[in-house]
Amino acid sequence: MKKKGIKILIALILFILAMAIKFENVWINNSIFIISYIIVGFEILKKAVRNIFRGKVFDENFLMSIATIGAFAIGEYPEAVCVMLFYQVGELFQSYAVDKSRKSISSLMDIRPDYANAYRNGNIEKINPAHVKVGEIIVIKPGEKVPLDGHIIEGNTSLDTKALTGESLPREAKVGEEVLSGCINLSGTIKVEVSKEFGESTVSKILDLVENASSKKAKSENFITKFAEYYTPVVVTIALALAIIPPFVMQNQEFADWLYRALSFLVVSCPCALVISIPLSFFGGIGGASKMGILIKGGNYLEALSKTEIAVFDKTGTLTEGTFEVKKVEAIGNAENTKVSKEELLKIAAYAEYYSNHPISKSVKKAYSKEIDEKQIASSQELSGLGIEAEIEGENVLVGNEKLMKEKNIQYEKTNEIGTVLYIAIDGKYVGYILIADTIKKDAKYTIDTLKKSNIKQTVMLTGDRKEVGEAVAKEIGIDKVYTELLPDGKVEKVEELLKEKSSTGKLAFVGDGINDAPVLAISDIGIAMGGLGSDSAIEAADVVIMTDEPSKIIDAIKLSKRTMRIVKENIIFAIAVKVAVLVLAAFGISTMWQAVFADVGVSILAILNALRILHVKKR
Amino acid sequence: MTSKFKIKGLDCANCASQLEREIKKIDGVENASISFMTERMELEYDGDNKEKILKEAKKRIKREEPDVTIEEV
Repeated sequence: MKKKGIKILIALILFILAMAIKFENVWINNSIFIISYIIVGFEILKKAVRNIFRGKVFDENFLMSIATIGAFAIGEYPEAVCVMLFYQVGELFQSYAVDKSRKSISSLMDIRPDYANAYRNGNIEKINPAHVKVGEIIVIKPGEKVPLDGHIIEGNTSLDTKALTGESLPREAKVGEEVLSGCINLSGTIKVEVSKEFGESTVSKILDLVENASSKKAKSENFITKFAEYYTPVVVTIALALAIIPPFVMQNQEFADWLYRALSFLVVSCPCALVISIPLSFFGGIGGASKMGILIKGGNYLEALSKTEIAVFDKTGTLTEGTFEVKKVEAIGNAENTKVSKEELLKIAAYAEYYSNHPISKSVKKAYSKEIDEKQIASSQELSGLGIEAEIEGENVLVGNEKLMKEKNIQYEKTNEIGTVLYIAIDGKYVGYILIADTIKKDAKYTIDTLKKSNIKQTVMLTGDRKEVGEAVAKEIGIDKVYTELLPDGKVEKVEELLKEKSSTGKLAFVGDGINDAPVLAISDIGIAMGGLGSDSAIEAADVVIMTDEPSKIIDAIKLSKRTMRIVKENIIFAIAVKVAVLVLAAFGISTMWQAVFADVGVSILAILNALRILHVKKR
Repeated sequence: MTSKFKIKGLDCANCASQLEREIKKIDGVENASISFMTERMELEYDGDNKEKILKEAKKRIKREEPDVTIEEV
């Protein structure tokens, strides 16, 4: 690139010299022009000659050569040199811009680890991560990238997951916990047992996904390639017609004048501005999204996102945390029974549920959080579909649903709380209940509100959960429609119905957690999986992967897609409009070859600069 | 079968799409996608004739863009 710059500079100096001094002898002046032209344009001429032998007449090198040589032929020496100069400056700038954007995008994705400190025979060896096997122990010091996925066996630390999730708060990790490649170790030295080979690790999968995204092209990208395929031959044909027909058909026409106009056509006939700026825009959009922790698997999905009309959400794990939590402990006193305190109620329930691994039991134990003395549990029996019957400190304890209370003939008070209710009885007396429910994610309501404001026609929630629970969640976050008690194939059916409701250009996006909803992700126009970090199935099944658990990232994704599409449209319209305008002006002999060069390279540069705007992603 | 290639030396986006068109025409190639920005080519083809197809692809690349080299990744 540097060499090209020097050539351009020398040619430019000679050109200015010839223009400024205006030697008496025209031949000296013209020779300087020719020398300048050869210095700056030799490479183009060489390529042009080579391309003629390969039958490529519509090649831009060939077209530029014809245009400039033609200008020499009709005596427009300064014009010829100048066109070539301008063209080369433009090319130089263009390759600089492309290079720059390639680099800035790859730096966004600069998560590839260079080495791993493998712990071998008591020594630490610095080796290529690809050579580390599953089960080996690696050491990660503060400031280093985690090279492979694994579990911490020694030490604790905090991890910077920004490159993967866009999340700026560090995550704490201790012994036994999973660490993912691509994170940066911030505070402590940790020893990690490797659980996945490099090729299978998170960092490789993500890099692979982003790099491959460009091979799935958007419609507008294909449109431009198709357009380019016809544009050049058509313009060249018109140029030929302009050079031949008017001078011979009309009277008193100067052949040189028409030839000049035809040559201007040739200069504008290269479609490069369009062809480069469109993929660059999509590339920038995908790069910008990955910076926010959103992986988009192709330009086609980015384009589809911008046309989202119906947003369908799965409930559990998407809009809600998917973890059960004790929301309320209610102790009921009655005449025969001295009132049991809330703490005691929770304690009894936790003891009764001690041996169970059910998510609900876990949430009770978590809420109790104190040590459990096993000796006090004389017996504990799980009654399938009902609850648990246990013998604790000599008392008979029942913890379970309404059915259990009815079965055991317990007088209980029914509550209308939304969620899972555990009724508790001691020695045949009802003492109170514990309410367990899933927590709605903090940004769920904000997400739905914002989506409604941004031209999304319908928001829908699908869930396998009970009617009351599903409707209560839907009401709280303000979603339009809710379908409850759905089996997995029921979700597929509902999405198929919704697909019929959208307009012909609109798209349906389904957002799920990637577990158990692969068929729905597949039939939706855009399948979005959340919490992709560490979940291979989500990364594989979806078209768009949100690395964190925040539904609000969908807003970012849609906003970015709209911005990208706006820039793509701007570029298409701008480039075509300028080219057509210059063509028309050239045909009537109003514009000069200079303006034609601008329409070619100038427009490419402006379009590229416009596309680069996408890379500047603003943080919410 | 799908293979990916690093494709180096492309000097303009239009050349990339022209090359893509040429490679799509090869017998046994189901789809080809060249990205000028990431300098990558993804090729979907009949795996039984891998050698023959790759040889033809390289030949066409040589003819269209003599300065371009490809390397399977």
